[in-house]
Amino acid sequence: MEAAVLAAVDVRKRFGALAVLDGVNLSLHGGEVVGVVGPNGAGKTTLLNVLSGSLTPDSGSITLRDRDITRKSAAERCKLGVARTHQVPRPFVGMTVFENVLVAATAGGGKRGADAYELCVRVLEQCGLAHLANRRAEGLGLLQRKRLELARALAVEPAVLLLDEIGGGLTDAESAALVEMVAGLRDRGIAVLWIEHIVHVLMQVVGRLVCMDAGRVIAEGPPSTVVAQAAVIDAYLGGKA
Amino acid sequence: MTIVNAVLQGIFLGAFYAVLACGLSIMFGVMRIINLAHGDLAVLGAYATFVIVEQTGASALIAFVVSLPLMIVLGYVLQLTVLERSLKAGILTPLLATFGLSIVVQNLLQLAFSPDVRSLGGSAGTITTASWQVTSGLSVSALGLLVLLVAVLLFGGLQLFLSRTRVGWMMRATAEDADAAELVGIDSRAVYARATALAVATAALGGLFLGIRSVFDPVSGPTQLIFAFEAVVIGGMGSLRGTLLGGIALGVAQTVGAQIHPQFAVMAGHLLFLAVLIVRFGGARLRLRPV
Repeated sequence: MEAAVLAAVDVRKRFGALAVLDGVNLSLHGGEVVGVVGPNGAGKTTLLNVLSGSLTPDSGSITLRDRDITRKSAAERCKLGVARTHQVPRPFVGMTVFENVLVAATAGGGKRGADAYELCVRVLEQCGLAHLANRRAEGLGLLQRKRLELARALAVEPAVLLLDEIGGGLTDAESAALVEMVAGLRDRGIAVLWIEHIVHVLMQVVGRLVCMDAGRVIAEGPPSTVVAQAAVIDAYLGGKA
Repeated sequence: MTIVNAVLQGIFLGAFYAVLACGLSIMFGVMRIINLAHGDLAVLGAYATFVIVEQTGASALIAFVVSLPLMIVLGYVLQLTVLERSLKAGILTPLLATFGLSIVVQNLLQLAFSPDVRSLGGSAGTITTASWQVTSGLSVSALGLLVLLVAVLLFGGLQLFLSRTRVGWMMRATAEDADAAELVGIDSRAVYARATALAVATAALGGLFLGIRSVFDPVSGPTQLIFAFEAVVIGGMGSLRGTLLGGIALGVAQTVGAQIHPQFAVMAGHLLFLAVLIVRFGGARLRLRPV
């Protein structure tokens, strides 16, 4: 198997007495979608924060294409190709939709002038926001804000895309469109890590599923195998199914 | 006719307040720092220009251009050494840090220049005294017109900078949500340093106009800070365009107040500030707004 684009090795993070990440190992390859499931408090979002640079782990290392980025800031990681979305979208509300994407393309993506504009137009079309380009982000609804969150992450042309519960609150048609889009990103060679509560949405696109509980990876493998494991059923599905 | 003249003079005076207030507005808008040393930085800028004038005999306007790079560097250093550290310690710490900075600057100026009153008026050429008598009760001074022109160009330029340039977008994004900005690749430390450098540069411009219009001494800063702060609050905190209008409103209130009684001028400005505070109470606009 080719070398991982992004890898976390024995990553630990404590908040006071609570070990939120208790020795997590994870690797992500270009052109694959990895899903992360687990109950609330399993450490999924903390894992994402540690990978994106919002938090620094207590120990362990994170590498991007064999380069140690454990101590790099979120901004530096973004420039190196790690982009993320937030569970609760955080658009720059005083700026237009286009400006939101443009600032990402020029800052994180390092694009200039016409290149930046073309990229932004393409990304907005891809995310179904082109008709709202000149609207202020303040006026967007939740679904549109989620799309903008994704568009902003794509505007940095990432090698690794970290998605945090982006499918919540979507209708079936909307989540189908989202799945199709993520599959498209995968086919372009982007490594996608997708945290999601709604397992059946994940199942449609992920090649590998990781189940976390209490800060540890308790199961990992092909999605159908993982959801069938007893430990996963206990931790996540509460013994049902 | 006197009232028309009072309003006109108020606009000129207000443009000066707006220039003074510009940097205060930038620092609050981008970093939520209320810089209590802003007035002292303006006075420091005036002294920097003054020293160059004394040493070289150049015009105050030329000397200002020479001193500007020094003030910009000072802004960067100030951010990276003092303000950045204080920002990490909660919202009260920058207030205390800038208060301390204000005292340090005042005392250093006392030490270096004595408490004597200085002026840049004599070295600014005919611009200080030239004026046009439009009618018997209406006169337009060259200096007033220059300050107004510079204020409009400064604020207009800043709006263009924020809405049209890459660094401007980065500054607005960071002002709104520094953490989210980091995640799209914006180094907030660098943005903050640029914002402070810009603020100190505009403070120095305010100091130049202070020195040409009137006189200054090492403890002139706090008075300038009050007017600048009032201009920012009247215009809506964090709104640059508001700061320009707020400065002009303050200036007009003062000159019109002076028509009622010469001693009432400054008080009229304070009353306007108080009225705005009461009307806006609890509804302060806390965003650096684009055009």
